[in-house]
Amino acid sequence: MTTIPNPAANIGRATLGFLADVGRLAVFLARSVGAIFSPPFYFGNQLRQMLSVGYYSLPVVGLTALFTGAVLAQQIYIGTGRFDAESTVPTIVVFGITRELGPVIASLMVAGRVSAAMAAELGTMRVTEQIDALTTLATNPFRYLIAPRILAATLMMPLLVLISDIIGVMGGWLLSTTVLNYNSIGYLQRSLDFMETWDVVSGLIKAGIFGFILSLMGCYQGFNSSGGAQGVGRATTNAVVSASILILAANYAVTSIVFTD
Amino acid sequence: MAQPKLSLRGVCKRFGRKVVLDGLDLDIMAGESVVIIGGSGTGKSVMLKCVLGLLQPDAGDIFVDGEEITRLKGHEREKMLRRFGMLFQGGALFDSIRVWRNVAFGLISAQGMKRKDARRHADEILAKVGLGPEVGDLSPAELSGGMRKRVALARAIATNPEILFFDEPTTGLDPIMADVINELIVERVRDLGATALTITHDMASARKVADRIGMLYGGKIIWIGPAADIERSGNPYVDQFIHGRAEGPISMDVQRL
Repeated sequence: MTTIPNPAANIGRATLGFLADVGRLAVFLARSVGAIFSPPFYFGNQLRQMLSVGYYSLPVVGLTALFTGAVLAQQIYIGTGRFDAESTVPTIVVFGITRELGPVIASLMVAGRVSAAMAAELGTMRVTEQIDALTTLATNPFRYLIAPRILAATLMMPLLVLISDIIGVMGGWLLSTTVLNYNSIGYLQRSLDFMETWDVVSGLIKAGIFGFILSLMGCYQGFNSSGGAQGVGRATTNAVVSASILILAANYAVTSIVFTD
Repeated sequence: MAQPKLSLRGVCKRFGRKVVLDGLDLDIMAGESVVIIGGSGTGKSVMLKCVLGLLQPDAGDIFVDGEEITRLKGHEREKMLRRFGMLFQGGALFDSIRVWRNVAFGLISAQGMKRKDARRHADEILAKVGLGPEVGDLSPAELSGGMRKRVALARAIATNPEILFFDEPTTGLDPIMADVINELIVERVRDLGATALTITHDMASARKVADRIGMLYGGKIIWIGPAADIERSGNPYVDQFIHGRAEGPISMDVQRL
Protein backbone atom coordinates (compact mmCIF):
# COMPACT_ATOMS: atom_id res chain seq x y z
CA MET A 1 0.00 0.00 0.00
CA THR A 2 1.39 3.38 -0.88
CA THR A 3 0.80 6.14 1.62
CA ILE A 4 -0.87 9.23 0.32
CA PRO A 5 0.75 12.38 1.71
CA ASN A 6 -1.67 14.02 4.08
CA PRO A 7 -1.50 17.81 3.71
CA ALA A 8 -3.07 18.37 7.12
CA ALA A 9 -0.38 16.22 8.75
CA ASN A 10 2.33 18.18 6.97
CA ILE A 11 0.90 21.50 8.14
CA GLY A 12 0.67 20.10 11.66
CA ARG A 13 4.24 18.85 11.59
CA ALA A 14 5.55 22.17 10.30
CA THR A 15 3.59 24.09 12.93
CA LEU A 16 4.83 21.88 15.76
CA GLY A 17 8.39 22.16 14.48
CA PHE A 18 8.09 25.92 14.35
CA LEU A 19 6.64 26.15 17.85
CA ALA A 20 9.39 23.88 19.19
CA ASP A 21 11.99 26.18 17.65
CA VAL A 22 10.35 29.26 19.14
CA GLY A 23 10.27 27.55 22.54
CA ARG A 24 13.94 26.53 22.34
CA LEU A 25 14.90 30.06 21.34
CA ALA A 26 12.87 31.52 24.21
CA VAL A 27 14.63 29.26 26.74
CA PHE A 28 17.99 30.16 25.23
CA LEU A 29 17.10 33.85 25.40
CA ALA A 30 16.06 33.62 29.06
CA ARG A 31 19.25 31.76 30.04
CA SER A 32 21.42 34.25 28.10
CA VAL A 33 19.83 37.31 29.68
CA GLY A 34 20.03 35.64 33.09
CA ALA A 35 23.75 35.03 32.52
CA ILE A 36 24.35 38.68 31.58
CA PHE A 37 23.10 39.81 34.99
CA SER A 38 24.54 37.12 37.27
CA PRO A 39 28.18 36.74 38.35
CA PRO A 40 30.85 35.58 37.78
CA PHE A 41 31.58 38.01 34.94
CA TYR A 42 34.42 37.32 32.55
CA PHE A 43 35.88 40.76 31.81
CA GLY A 44 38.64 39.48 29.54
CA ASN A 45 36.12 37.75 27.29
CA GLN A 46 33.88 40.82 27.43
CA LEU A 47 36.67 43.11 26.25
CA ARG A 48 37.73 40.73 23.48
CA GLN A 49 34.16 40.52 22.17
CA MET A 50 33.71 44.30 22.31
CA LEU A 51 36.87 44.71 20.25
CA SER A 52 35.76 42.12 17.75
CA VAL A 53 32.22 43.49 17.34
CA GLY A 54 33.00 47.19 17.63
CA TYR A 55 36.50 48.03 16.54
CA TYR A 56 37.00 45.39 13.87
CA SER A 57 33.63 46.15 12.25
CA LEU A 58 34.53 49.81 11.76
CA PRO A 59 36.03 49.56 8.24
CA VAL A 60 33.10 47.55 6.87
CA VAL A 61 30.47 49.75 8.49
CA GLY A 62 32.28 52.98 7.56
CA LEU A 63 32.62 52.06 3.89
CA THR A 64 28.99 50.98 3.53
CA ALA A 65 27.83 54.17 5.27
CA LEU A 66 29.95 56.33 2.96
CA PHE A 67 28.53 54.79 -0.21
CA THR A 68 24.99 54.71 1.14
CA GLY A 69 25.07 58.40 2.06
CA ALA A 70 26.49 59.33 -1.34
CA VAL A 71 23.98 57.35 -3.37
CA LEU A 72 21.15 58.60 -1.17
CA ALA A 73 22.10 62.21 -1.91
CA GLN A 74 22.30 61.43 -5.62
CA GLN A 75 18.83 59.83 -5.74
CA ILE A 76 17.16 62.45 -3.58
CA TYR A 77 18.67 65.12 -5.82
CA ILE A 78 17.07 63.50 -8.87
CA GLY A 79 13.74 62.98 -7.07
CA THR A 80 13.43 66.43 -5.56
CA GLY A 81 14.62 68.00 -8.83
CA ARG A 82 11.32 66.95 -10.39
CA PHE A 83 9.51 69.57 -8.30
CA ASP A 84 12.35 72.04 -7.84
CA ALA A 85 13.04 71.13 -4.22
CA GLU A 86 16.75 70.30 -4.50
CA SER A 87 17.42 72.46 -1.46
CA THR A 88 15.89 69.73 0.74
CA VAL A 89 18.60 67.15 -0.16
CA PRO A 90 20.72 67.67 3.00
CA THR A 91 17.68 67.50 5.29
CA ILE A 92 16.37 64.29 3.75
CA VAL A 93 19.80 62.64 3.71
CA VAL A 94 20.22 63.27 7.44
CA PHE A 95 16.69 62.06 8.14
CA GLY A 96 17.08 58.90 6.06
CA ILE A 97 20.52 58.02 7.41
CA THR A 98 19.92 58.60 11.10
CA ARG A 99 16.45 57.07 11.33
CA GLU A 100 16.68 54.15 8.91
CA LEU A 101 19.66 53.42 6.72
CA GLY A 102 22.36 54.01 9.32
CA PRO A 103 21.11 51.43 11.82
CA VAL A 104 19.68 48.95 9.32
CA ILE A 105 22.55 48.75 6.86
CA ALA A 106 25.21 48.77 9.57
CA SER A 107 23.36 45.98 11.41
CA LEU A 108 23.02 43.89 8.26
CA MET A 109 26.74 44.25 7.58
CA VAL A 110 27.63 43.38 11.16
CA ALA A 111 25.21 40.43 11.01
CA GLY A 112 27.19 39.11 8.05
CA ARG A 113 30.45 39.53 9.91
CA VAL A 114 29.72 38.95 13.55
CA SER A 115 26.73 36.56 13.61
CA ALA A 116 28.58 34.32 11.19
CA ALA A 117 31.77 34.43 13.26
CA MET A 118 29.90 33.69 16.49
CA ALA A 119 27.98 30.80 14.94
CA ALA A 120 31.13 29.31 13.41
CA GLU A 121 33.21 29.65 16.57
CA LEU A 122 30.58 28.35 18.99
CA GLY A 123 29.55 25.67 16.49
CA THR A 124 33.12 24.40 16.27
CA MET A 125 33.38 24.46 20.05
CA ARG A 126 30.16 22.45 20.25
CA VAL A 127 31.16 19.72 17.78
CA THR A 128 34.68 19.38 19.24
CA GLU A 129 33.15 19.00 22.75
CA GLN A 130 34.78 22.22 24.00
CA ILE A 131 31.43 23.42 25.37
CA ASP A 132 31.01 20.11 27.23
CA ALA A 133 34.56 20.47 28.52
CA LEU A 134 33.74 23.96 29.79
CA THR A 135 30.77 22.58 31.70
CA THR A 136 32.81 19.77 33.26
CA LEU A 137 35.34 22.38 34.40
CA ALA A 138 32.47 23.84 36.46
CA THR A 139 32.11 26.88 34.21
CA ASN A 140 28.70 27.91 32.93
CA PRO A 141 28.99 28.29 29.13
CA PHE A 142 26.19 30.86 29.11
CA ARG A 143 28.20 33.12 31.40
CA TYR A 144 31.57 32.40 29.83
CA LEU A 145 30.66 32.37 26.14
CA ILE A 146 27.18 33.72 25.44
CA ALA A 147 26.72 36.66 27.82
CA PRO A 148 29.91 38.51 26.78
CA ARG A 149 28.99 38.19 23.11
CA ILE A 150 25.42 39.41 23.44
CA LEU A 151 26.35 42.23 25.79
CA ALA A 152 29.19 43.33 23.50
CA ALA A 153 26.98 43.48 20.42
CA THR A 154 24.15 45.27 22.24
CA LEU A 155 26.53 47.91 23.62
CA MET A 156 28.76 48.35 20.58
CA MET A 157 26.13 48.58 17.85
CA PRO A 158 24.85 52.03 18.94
CA LEU A 159 28.43 53.31 18.96
CA LEU A 160 29.09 51.85 15.53
CA VAL A 161 25.86 53.34 14.19
CA LEU A 162 26.69 56.76 15.61
CA ILE A 163 29.95 56.68 13.66
CA SER A 164 28.15 55.27 10.64
CA ASP A 165 25.58 58.12 10.83
CA ILE A 166 28.35 60.69 10.73
CA ILE A 167 30.18 58.98 7.86
CA GLY A 168 26.90 58.51 5.96
CA VAL A 169 25.99 62.18 6.20
CA MET A 170 29.51 63.09 5.16
CA GLY A 171 29.14 60.74 2.18
CA GLY A 172 26.08 62.72 1.11
CA TRP A 173 27.95 65.96 1.67
CA LEU A 174 30.97 64.74 -0.30
CA LEU A 175 28.89 63.84 -3.33
CA SER A 176 26.71 66.94 -3.13
CA THR A 177 29.61 69.37 -2.92
CA THR A 178 31.85 67.70 -5.50
CA VAL A 179 29.40 66.37 -8.10
CA LEU A 180 26.20 68.32 -7.55
CA ASN A 181 27.79 71.74 -6.93
CA TYR A 182 26.22 72.44 -3.54
CA ASN A 183 27.85 75.04 -1.33
CA SER A 184 29.76 73.21 1.38
CA ILE A 185 28.87 75.41 4.35
CA GLY A 186 25.28 75.85 3.19
CA TYR A 187 24.86 72.08 2.86
CA LEU A 188 26.13 71.36 6.36
CA GLN A 189 24.05 74.21 7.77
CA ARG A 190 20.88 72.82 6.20
CA SER A 191 21.79 69.32 7.41
CA LEU A 192 21.74 70.52 10.99
CA ASP A 193 18.86 73.01 10.72
CA PHE A 194 16.05 70.46 10.62
CA MET A 195 17.73 67.59 12.45
CA GLU A 196 16.17 66.60 15.77
CA THR A 197 17.93 64.77 18.57
CA TRP A 198 15.23 62.10 18.45
CA ASP A 199 16.17 61.21 14.85
CA VAL A 200 19.59 60.15 16.02
CA VAL A 201 18.55 58.67 19.36
CA SER A 202 15.78 56.51 17.91
CA GLY A 203 18.29 55.14 15.40
CA LEU A 204 20.75 54.34 18.17
CA ILE A 205 18.08 52.55 20.19
CA LYS A 206 17.26 50.50 17.12
CA ALA A 207 20.96 49.73 16.74
CA GLY A 208 21.04 48.33 20.27
CA ILE A 209 18.05 46.12 19.52
CA PHE A 210 19.60 44.91 16.26
CA GLY A 211 22.90 44.21 18.02
CA PHE A 212 21.05 42.06 20.53
CA ILE A 213 19.23 40.20 17.76
CA LEU A 214 22.27 39.52 15.59
CA SER A 215 24.39 38.23 18.48
CA LEU A 216 21.52 36.15 19.87
CA MET A 217 21.03 34.43 16.50
CA GLY A 218 24.76 33.85 16.05
CA CYS A 219 25.08 32.36 19.54
CA TYR A 220 21.87 30.33 19.36
CA GLN A 221 22.69 28.72 16.03
CA GLY A 222 26.30 28.02 16.97
CA PHE A 223 25.53 26.73 20.45
CA ASN A 224 22.95 24.27 19.12
CA SER A 225 24.83 23.10 16.05
CA SER A 226 25.49 19.40 15.51
CA GLY A 227 26.89 17.08 12.92
CA GLY A 228 30.47 18.09 12.26
CA ALA A 229 31.77 20.53 9.66
CA GLN A 230 28.53 20.43 7.70
CA GLY A 231 26.53 21.29 10.81
CA VAL A 232 28.77 24.25 11.57
CA GLY A 233 28.33 25.48 8.00
CA ARG A 234 24.58 25.17 8.33
CA ALA A 235 24.62 27.00 11.66
CA THR A 236 26.60 29.85 10.13
CA THR A 237 24.23 30.23 7.20
CA ASN A 238 21.17 30.04 9.45
CA ALA A 239 22.64 32.62 11.80
CA VAL A 240 23.17 35.21 9.08
CA VAL A 241 19.85 34.58 7.33
CA SER A 242 17.75 34.55 10.50
CA ALA A 243 19.57 37.56 11.96
CA SER A 244 19.02 39.57 8.76
CA ILE A 245 15.33 38.71 8.49
CA LEU A 246 14.71 39.36 12.18
CA ILE A 247 16.53 42.70 11.99
CA LEU A 248 14.33 43.85 9.10
CA ALA A 249 11.15 42.58 10.77
CA ALA A 250 12.07 44.13 14.11
CA ASN A 251 12.90 47.38 12.32
CA TYR A 252 9.42 47.50 10.87
CA ALA A 253 7.77 46.57 14.17
CA VAL A 254 9.74 49.04 16.26
CA THR A 255 9.33 51.87 13.75
CA SER A 256 5.61 51.43 13.27
CA ILE A 257 4.76 50.81 16.92
CA VAL A 258 7.24 52.74 19.05
CA PHE A 259 8.90 55.39 16.92
CA THR A 260 5.85 56.87 15.25
CA ASP A 261 6.81 60.49 15.84
CA MET B 1 29.42 -3.77 52.11
CA ALA B 2 31.29 -0.53 51.63
CA GLN B 3 29.53 2.31 49.87
CA PRO B 4 30.47 2.72 46.20
CA LYS B 5 32.13 5.98 45.15
CA LEU B 6 30.02 6.17 42.04
CA SER B 7 26.86 4.26 41.45
CA LEU B 8 24.45 4.13 38.50
CA ARG B 9 21.04 2.55 39.04
CA GLY B 10 18.69 1.71 36.20
CA VAL B 11 19.87 4.56 33.99
CA CYS B 12 17.89 4.86 30.75
CA LYS B 13 18.49 7.22 27.88
CA ARG B 14 16.92 7.26 24.47
CA PHE B 15 17.26 9.56 21.49
CA GLY B 16 14.03 9.60 19.53
CA ARG B 17 13.19 5.93 19.03
CA LYS B 18 16.73 4.71 19.56
CA VAL B 19 17.22 3.30 23.06
CA VAL B 20 20.87 3.81 24.02
CA LEU B 21 20.96 3.02 27.73
CA ASP B 22 18.37 0.54 28.93
CA GLY B 23 18.44 0.28 32.71
CA LEU B 24 22.21 0.40 33.19
CA ASP B 25 23.60 -0.55 36.64
CA LEU B 26 27.22 0.05 37.61
CA ASP B 27 29.07 0.41 40.93
CA ILE B 28 32.60 1.71 41.23
CA MET B 29 34.40 1.59 44.58
CA ALA B 30 36.68 4.36 45.83
CA GLY B 31 40.18 4.17 44.38
CA GLU B 32 39.20 1.57 41.83
CA SER B 33 39.89 1.79 38.10
CA VAL B 34 37.07 0.41 35.99
CA VAL B 35 37.18 0.13 32.22
CA ILE B 36 34.00 -0.24 30.21
CA ILE B 37 34.49 -1.77 26.78
CA GLY B 38 31.96 -1.89 24.00
CA GLY B 39 31.56 -1.24 20.30
CA SER B 40 31.18 2.16 18.72
CA GLY B 41 27.78 3.66 19.27
CA THR B 42 26.81 1.40 22.18
CA GLY B 43 26.34 4.36 24.51
CA LYS B 44 29.63 4.44 26.40
CA SER B 45 29.99 8.21 25.98
CA VAL B 46 26.31 8.73 26.73
CA MET B 47 26.84 6.96 30.06
CA LEU B 48 29.65 9.36 31.04
CA LYS B 49 27.65 12.37 29.87
CA CYS B 50 24.67 11.31 31.97
CA VAL B 51 26.87 11.19 35.08
CA LEU B 52 28.33 14.62 34.35
CA GLY B 53 24.90 16.10 33.66
CA LEU B 54 25.75 16.96 30.05
CA LEU B 55 22.78 14.73 29.19
CA GLN B 56 19.75 14.21 31.38
CA PRO B 57 18.85 10.52 31.79
CA ASP B 58 15.21 9.64 31.05
CA ALA B 59 15.05 7.35 34.08
CA GLY B 60 17.32 6.00 36.79
CA ASP B 61 19.51 7.50 39.50
CA ILE B 62 23.18 8.34 39.82
CA PHE B 63 24.93 8.55 43.20
CA VAL B 64 28.32 9.88 44.29
CA ASP B 65 29.28 8.75 47.81
CA GLY B 66 25.66 7.72 48.29
CA GLU B 67 24.38 11.19 47.47
CA GLU B 68 22.00 11.49 44.54
CA ILE B 69 23.27 13.82 41.83
CA THR B 70 21.06 12.93 38.88
CA ARG B 71 18.98 16.10 38.80
CA LEU B 72 21.32 18.70 40.29
CA LYS B 73 21.20 22.13 38.64
CA GLY B 74 23.13 25.40 38.67
CA HIS B 75 25.56 25.95 41.51
CA GLU B 76 24.90 22.56 43.08
CA ARG B 77 25.85 20.90 39.81
CA GLU B 78 28.97 23.06 39.47
CA LYS B 79 30.04 22.19 43.00
CA MET B 80 29.61 18.50 42.25
CA LEU B 81 31.47 18.81 38.91
CA ARG B 82 34.54 20.16 40.72
CA ARG B 83 35.01 16.65 42.12
CA PHE B 84 35.28 15.25 38.57
CA GLY B 85 37.94 15.42 35.89
CA MET B 86 37.25 14.38 32.32
CA LEU B 87 39.57 13.57 29.43
CA PHE B 88 37.60 14.05 26.22
CA GLN B 89 38.17 11.85 23.21
CA GLY B 90 39.44 14.61 20.92
CA GLY B 91 41.03 16.49 23.80
CA ALA B 92 38.44 19.30 23.58
CA LEU B 93 41.17 21.84 24.34
CA PHE B 94 40.01 25.46 24.13
CA ASP B 95 41.75 26.67 20.99
CA SER B 96 41.33 30.36 21.72
CA ILE B 97 43.65 30.23 24.74
CA ARG B 98 47.20 28.97 25.24
CA VAL B 99 48.07 25.52 26.52
CA TRP B 100 48.95 26.62 30.08
CA ARG B 101 45.64 28.51 30.39
CA ASN B 102 43.87 25.34 29.26
CA VAL B 103 45.64 23.31 31.94
CA ALA B 104 44.96 25.92 34.61
CA PHE B 105 41.39 26.61 33.49
CA GLY B 106 39.72 24.83 36.39
CA LEU B 107 42.14 26.43 38.86
CA ILE B 108 41.51 29.97 37.62
CA SER B 109 37.85 29.76 36.74
CA ALA B 110 36.47 27.47 39.43
CA GLN B 111 38.93 28.02 42.28
CA GLY B 112 39.79 31.66 41.60
CA MET B 113 43.57 31.12 41.64
CA LYS B 114 45.77 34.10 40.72
CA ARG B 115 47.26 34.06 37.22
CA LYS B 116 50.88 33.86 38.37
CA ASP B 117 50.26 30.96 40.75
CA ALA B 118 48.15 29.24 38.11
CA ARG B 119 50.98 29.45 35.60
CA ARG B 120 53.40 27.85 38.07
CA HIS B 121 50.86 25.12 38.84
CA ALA B 122 50.24 24.53 35.13
CA ASP B 123 53.98 24.05 34.54
CA GLU B 124 54.15 21.52 37.39
CA ILE B 125 51.20 19.57 36.02
CA LEU B 126 52.60 19.67 32.48
CA ALA B 127 55.81 18.20 33.88
CA LYS B 128 53.76 15.35 35.40
CA VAL B 129 52.56 14.38 31.93
CA GLY B 130 56.07 14.68 30.51
CA LEU B 131 55.81 18.10 28.87
CA GLY B 132 58.19 21.03 29.39
CA PRO B 133 57.06 24.50 30.45
CA GLU B 134 57.73 25.81 26.92
CA VAL B 135 54.72 23.79 25.72
CA GLY B 136 52.56 25.99 27.94
CA ASP B 137 53.11 28.95 25.66
CA LEU B 138 51.93 27.14 22.53
CA SER B 139 48.45 27.32 21.12
CA PRO B 140 46.51 24.02 21.09
CA ALA B 141 46.48 24.08 17.29
CA GLU B 142 50.28 23.69 17.30
CA LEU B 143 50.22 20.39 19.21
CA SER B 144 50.57 16.88 17.78
CA GLY B 145 47.95 14.22 18.58
CA GLY B 146 49.95 12.68 21.43
CA MET B 147 50.72 16.07 22.94
CA ARG B 148 47.04 17.06 22.76
CA LYS B 149 46.11 13.99 24.78
CA ARG B 150 48.78 14.75 27.35
CA VAL B 151 47.63 18.34 27.71
CA ALA B 152 44.03 17.17 27.99
CA LEU B 153 45.12 14.70 30.67
CA ALA B 154 46.95 17.50 32.46
CA ARG B 155 43.82 19.65 32.38
CA ALA B 156 41.71 16.78 33.71
CA ILE B 157 43.98 16.15 36.71
CA ALA B 158 44.87 19.81 37.43
CA THR B 159 42.23 20.34 40.12
CA ASN B 160 43.03 17.06 41.95
CA PRO B 161 39.61 15.54 41.24
CA GLU B 162 38.28 12.55 43.19
CA ILE B 163 36.79 10.89 40.12
CA LEU B 164 38.40 10.80 36.68
CA PHE B 165 36.69 9.89 33.41
CA PHE B 166 38.64 8.92 30.31
CA ASP B 167 36.78 8.84 27.01
CA GLU B 168 38.72 6.73 24.50
CA PRO B 169 42.12 7.92 25.76
CA THR B 170 44.14 6.08 23.11
CA THR B 171 42.00 6.54 20.01
CA GLY B 172 43.93 8.02 17.10
CA LEU B 173 47.37 7.38 18.60
CA ASP B 174 50.10 5.05 17.39
CA PRO B 175 50.59 1.95 19.62
CA ILE B 176 53.68 3.32 21.34
CA MET B 177 52.13 6.69 22.14
CA ALA B 178 48.97 4.87 23.23
CA ASP B 179 51.03 2.88 25.72
CA VAL B 180 52.71 6.05 26.97
CA ILE B 181 49.28 7.61 27.60
CA ASN B 182 48.07 4.43 29.32
CA GLU B 183 51.06 4.48 31.65
CA LEU B 184 50.49 8.14 32.40
CA ILE B 185 46.87 7.43 33.24
CA VAL B 186 47.82 4.59 35.60
CA GLU B 187 50.51 6.72 37.27
CA ARG B 188 48.39 9.85 37.64
CA VAL B 189 45.34 8.01 38.93
CA ARG B 190 47.45 6.16 41.50
CA ASP B 191 49.19 9.40 42.42
CA LEU B 192 45.87 11.19 43.04
CA GLY B 193 44.27 8.17 44.69
CA ALA B 194 41.36 8.88 42.40
CA THR B 195 38.55 6.66 41.25
CA ALA B 196 38.73 6.16 37.49
CA LEU B 197 36.24 5.19 34.84
CA THR B 198 37.62 4.65 31.34
CA ILE B 199 35.65 3.81 28.24
CA THR B 200 37.47 2.35 25.29
CA HIS B 201 37.39 -0.24 22.56
CA ASP B 202 41.14 -0.67 22.70
CA MET B 203 41.75 -3.96 24.56
CA ALA B 204 45.45 -3.27 25.14
CA SER B 205 44.48 -0.06 26.89
CA ALA B 206 41.74 -1.77 28.89
CA ARG B 207 44.10 -4.50 30.18
CA LYS B 208 46.70 -1.92 31.15
CA VAL B 209 44.59 0.51 33.16
CA ALA B 210 41.77 -1.64 34.56
CA ASP B 211 41.26 -3.24 37.96
CA ARG B 212 37.90 -4.42 36.68
CA ILE B 213 36.57 -4.57 33.13
CA GLY B 214 32.90 -4.41 32.18
CA MET B 215 31.23 -4.71 28.84
CA LEU B 216 28.39 -2.50 27.67
CA TYR B 217 26.04 -4.05 25.16
CA GLY B 218 22.38 -3.39 24.39
CA GLY B 219 22.24 -0.54 26.89
CA LYS B 220 23.31 -2.68 29.86
CA ILE B 221 26.52 -3.90 31.49
CA ILE B 222 26.34 -7.54 30.37
CA TRP B 223 29.49 -8.69 32.16
CA ILE B 224 31.84 -7.20 34.70
CA GLY B 225 34.76 -8.80 36.51
CA PRO B 226 38.44 -8.53 37.45
CA ALA B 227 40.65 -7.56 34.51
CA ALA B 228 42.55 -10.86 34.74
CA ASP B 229 39.33 -12.86 34.24
CA ILE B 230 38.38 -11.25 30.96
CA GLU B 231 39.82 -14.17 28.95
CA ARG B 232 37.70 -16.61 30.96
CA SER B 233 34.49 -14.62 31.15
CA GLY B 234 32.44 -17.44 29.68
CA ASN B 235 30.37 -14.76 28.02
CA PRO B 236 30.12 -15.20 24.23
CA TYR B 237 29.62 -11.44 23.67
CA VAL B 238 32.76 -10.57 25.65
CA ASP B 239 34.72 -13.34 23.89
CA GLN B 240 33.72 -12.07 20.48
CA PHE B 241 34.62 -8.49 21.38
CA ILE B 242 38.02 -9.07 22.97
CA HIS B 243 39.12 -11.33 20.12
CA GLY B 244 37.71 -9.00 17.49
CA ARG B 245 35.73 -11.61 15.57
CA ALA B 246 33.18 -10.65 12.95
CA GLU B 247 31.27 -13.89 13.64
CA GLY B 248 29.38 -14.28 16.89
CA PRO B 249 26.32 -13.20 18.85
CA ILE B 250 27.03 -9.49 18.22
CA SER B 251 25.82 -8.70 14.74
CA MET B 252 27.14 -5.56 13.16
CA ASP B 253 24.52 -3.75 11.14
CA VAL B 254 26.59 -3.84 8.01
CA GLN B 255 24.88 -4.30 4.70
CA ARG B 256 26.56 -7.01 2.67
CA LEU B 257 26.72 -6.34 -1.03
